Amino acid sequence: MTEYVVRFLVGGVVVSAFAMLGDLLRPKSFAGLFAAAPSVALATLGIAVYQHGAGYAAVQSRSMMAGAIALAIYCVVVCHLLVRARLRAAPATLLSLVIWLIAAFGLRALAGGQA
Amino acid sequence: MTMSIGFSPSSLREGRWYEYLTRFGLGGAATVFTGFVSSLYGASVGGLFLALPAIFCASATLIEKHEIRRKQEADLAGERRGQEAAALEAGGAALGALGMLAFAIMFSFLVERSVTAAFAGASLAWLVVSVAAWSLRCKMRSVARRRTSEG
Repeated sequence: MTEYVVRFLVGGVVVSAFAMLGDLLRPKSFAGLFAAAPSVALATLGIAVYQHGAGYAAVQSRSMMAGAIALAIYCVVVCHLLVRARLRAAPATLLSLVIWLIAAFGLRALAGGQA
Repeated sequence: MTMSIGFSPSSLREGRWYEYLTRFGLGGAATVFTGFVSSLYGASVGGLFLALPAIFCASATLIEKHEIRRKQEADLAGERRGQEAAALEAGGAALGALGMLAFAIMFSFLVERSVTAAFAGASLAWLVVSVAAWSLRCKMRSVARRRTSEG
């Protein structure tokens, strides 16, 4: 239980810090870089190294490569849904999560489950 | 035409306390969720969720909401402007995702040699690749705009 409380607090602080930095920066396209900052990764990998060692964190970061490519695809899809299909931000970002899941697990499968 | 990067401290005042609380909660929940998936299905599946766009969903929605609010205060309909602002954020995030890929590559390469070097090197790789990709896109757009105006 304590582990999950620590995870929650560390994750909340790191994500909020990156998000506030993104709020401060202009132009918006540059601030968008911080919306894809590895904030959850920094918190999670830090805990993973402490708890399970470097080897475990290395496996997680290799899988993260597939997740990051899926994130780039996801962002492009969201952009098109907002500009061309004129969807509002909430439905566009939530519906596109399906694309992220398909792309992430698809890329992982392509890499033989070792990504 | 060059895009200059700047700080706008006034944008922090646009946010409501519950919006910051929501982000904190989402960030915490995403980190707990990733840990939970890793313990249930292993590090390989859990690693995918290190790049889960949960935070992006919240920030794009907030940006749209702020833009609509700003336009409504000036008695203008701001829905389209809000969508455009969120789309700009998504475009930037796509480039940030390339930086995230660089982060993951650098981290996996260094972590078994030195943990400190892995965190420092991966963070630097994220920053350099993200900013370089953003600058390149700005330059390409500026060249395309110049060609259109000349042609």
